[in-house]
Amino acid sequence: MFRYYVWLALRSLRRNPVLTGLMIVAIGLGIGASMTMLTLFRAMSGDPIPQKSAQLFVPQIDNWGPDQREKSGEPPQTMLTYTDVEALMRAHAAPRQTAMYATGFVITPSDPQQQPFQAEARATYSDFFEMFDVPFKYGSAWGAQGDDSRSDVVVIGKKLNDKLFGGASSIGKTVNLDNRDYRIVGVLDDWSPQPRIYDVMDESFGDAEEIFVPFTVAIDRHLDNWGNNNCASLSDPGWEGHLHSECIWLQFWAELPDAAQVQRYRGMLDSYASEQQHNGRFHWAPLTRLHNAREWMVLQHVVPDESRILLMVSFGFLFVCLVNAVGLMLAKFMGRSAETGVRRALGANRRAVFMQCMVETGVIGLAGGLLGLALTGLGLIGVRAVLDKDMSSLTHLDLVDVVLAVLLAVVAAVLAGIYPTWRATQVQPAWQLKAN
Amino acid sequence: MHIRPILSAMRRNKVGAFLIALQMALTLAILCNSLFIIEQRLALMARASGVDEDNVFVLTNQWVGTPDDLNARLVGDLAAIRSLPGVVDAYASNSYPLRGGGWSDGVMLALHQVHPITHTTLYFADEHALNTLGAKLIAGRNFSPDEIGTRDRNSPAQPPVVIVTKALADKVFPDGSALGKTIYIEDSPTIIAGIVEKLQTPWVSNNFGEKFPENSLLEPFHYMVSGYHYVVRAQPGQLDAVMKAVQNKLLEINRARVLVKVMTYAEVRAEAYRNSRGLAIILGVVCTALLAVTAFGIVGLTSFWVTQRRRQIGVRRALGATRHAILAYFQTENVIIAAAGAALGVALAVGLNLWMVTSFEMLRIDPVYVLSGAVAVMLLGQFAVLWPALRAASIPPALATRAA
Repeated sequence: MFRYYVWLALRSLRRNPVLTGLMIVAIGLGIGASMTMLTLFRAMSGDPIPQKSAQLFVPQIDNWGPDQREKSGEPPQTMLTYTDVEALMRAHAAPRQTAMYATGFVITPSDPQQQPFQAEARATYSDFFEMFDVPFKYGSAWGAQGDDSRSDVVVIGKKLNDKLFGGASSIGKTVNLDNRDYRIVGVLDDWSPQPRIYDVMDESFGDAEEIFVPFTVAIDRHLDNWGNNNCASLSDPGWEGHLHSECIWLQFWAELPDAAQVQRYRGMLDSYASEQQHNGRFHWAPLTRLHNAREWMVLQHVVPDESRILLMVSFGFLFVCLVNAVGLMLAKFMGRSAETGVRRALGANRRAVFMQCMVETGVIGLAGGLLGLALTGLGLIGVRAVLDKDMSSLTHLDLVDVVLAVLLAVVAAVLAGIYPTWRATQVQPAWQLKAN
Repeated sequence: MHIRPILSAMRRNKVGAFLIALQMALTLAILCNSLFIIEQRLALMARASGVDEDNVFVLTNQWVGTPDDLNARLVGDLAAIRSLPGVVDAYASNSYPLRGGGWSDGVMLALHQVHPITHTTLYFADEHALNTLGAKLIAGRNFSPDEIGTRDRNSPAQPPVVIVTKALADKVFPDGSALGKTIYIEDSPTIIAGIVEKLQTPWVSNNFGEKFPENSLLEPFHYMVSGYHYVVRAQPGQLDAVMKAVQNKLLEINRARVLVKVMTYAEVRAEAYRNSRGLAIILGVVCTALLAVTAFGIVGLTSFWVTQRRRQIGVRRALGATRHAILAYFQTENVIIAAAGAALGVALAVGLNLWMVTSFEMLRIDPVYVLSGAVAVMLLGQFAVLWPALRAASIPPALATRAA
């Protein structure tokens, strides 16, 4: 029976090509626009490490006092001072933790044919790699002893390894960063979490760094901070002055696998802040916060307003397209009332008429979905052309998007078809036959 | 034209009429809010930066390592750039208008004031900066060569004098008396020696910078870090040639450096407003598609009604109705539906805007937008109904006499 309905639907669609075409185009356009924006939005609000993001926490410590607080009373600090980061690292109150900041180098390739080039880097502790599930192609992180021994070691990204060593294992070799040789201990595999969950302060989207150096080494070598630096008061001159200032410029992450550890960590933060109050550094009651990675991405507005607005507008557009389709389907189904009357008179019950109409709307939905999918592809190419290149790295259709688009189209078409179908089932056979 | 027969006909086709009205209302709500957003973004993008954008380019100079003789190298580079043919002037800085990143600080009128009067960006500059940017000095004087000092990233510095934009001067001294006054930057006093007409901050398209888009302050410093920016102004028409010549010259002087982000100001501007422009384009495309879908929807439904009523129309024609009367019938019908849709749409549009005001810090929509949107949607309806209405009008009266 189903096959018969599909056959009927195709025949009926062919009989009225303009109306059919209008419906398919309307649904296709609606799906195309909304899926394009949904794909972008899903990528932006995505969670690149869902298995870890609820266990990774960002602490906030108010080191500036009530005058600088947000209107809501929340601490304005999105990063920490060196003093606080050192204390948290020393406290070692989580199984894994890392402080970090963005820096960079000029790389001078050993091959004199190659020009020196600039590369962004991240100064971090060895725990970083396991905390954020960073995959290694060769070698491994430098380990706790690398953090402590302050040796010139480095982990490099896959692209940089391809560029400098043609993709072969470079473990044990050196790379020249700002006139100093660093020994390579690890090479990452492809890794580009979107959003850049470990640091949404500077750039929320875009490539991960290609160089990772021990935090301790970076501090020793006075490696410049390439990220944000916020000071509420003046600091003493020079690098030492900067380290002991109340400027916030360092990110800190703690991995806390269960609620008990989170609770304990909160307590530790509060007692640390009270200790700072007692020793005279803070002149206010402790104000600390601990947010996990997901909460943090929301708090830091990782998804820009633009993308929310576009998502809303595009779904509004889809809704208009559906209202449009309801009207057209109503016209179509009512237009063949006579035919429906004949079918009913020949013994088809309401259920059969209902099924026939629903199959027809399903076919329209499917066609609209396929058109919508093609338009989504085009839309994403368009979006890539007009938006920030870091955002455009997000504009790839995955299987989920494809299934979602077709499903959305069929569901939308069927929803749009419910009322017209119901009207069609209400056709009185006697009336229609009499009118003819 | 009698309205009553139209209304009674519509009553027999309530759902169809309601669907068209609903579609027009939604179209109106989305359309005028989108146009409002587009207009706001275009207004943002149209603001002048205060830079002679046609003839200025920037490049980031990154030394290998941190050389000890940074200032000598910087001064040498600048002298070499300035002596190149086609170069008007050049200077080095920590940032420049529209760059997207830079320094900001609170401006105070007294030491240790708790809340600054306003915020400003800090540009480190020398006596060549104003000429390079093409910024117009409207009061006071430029820096003199002997005032130019150095500062590094992590040490506070006390500039003897500063040059501020008019926007900043007016904000701090609303009575217009800024010139020669003392202000406090980074907790140290300095004197306003000059005022320039306009110079935007590096942040022109984010929430942070929106609060002080033209509050800029120039400090007489060379910035002693391994990575900083050269800003160069070329003679009109020679930008491309000068861009190449400057890069060649710099690498000829010293190869132990990397030149990155060599960009004309047009590129800087495009980069700064990329997402605003993208949003405007995407919204424009969606709006066009929206209008098309709505128009074709009206065409489709009205055509269907015409087909359904062929006989009745034939009868009316046979009874003496003119073609014009039939045309007017369908157009009036559409006006009634569209007016209902527009009324609902105006309410929806304002509601949607109010919601966006609270969730996106958007401005209140200008009623002119909503009203012109309503007119546009009604015109769209009239336009869309024209073809089916003409078809209806061409139905011959003889149709009435034929059996169905």
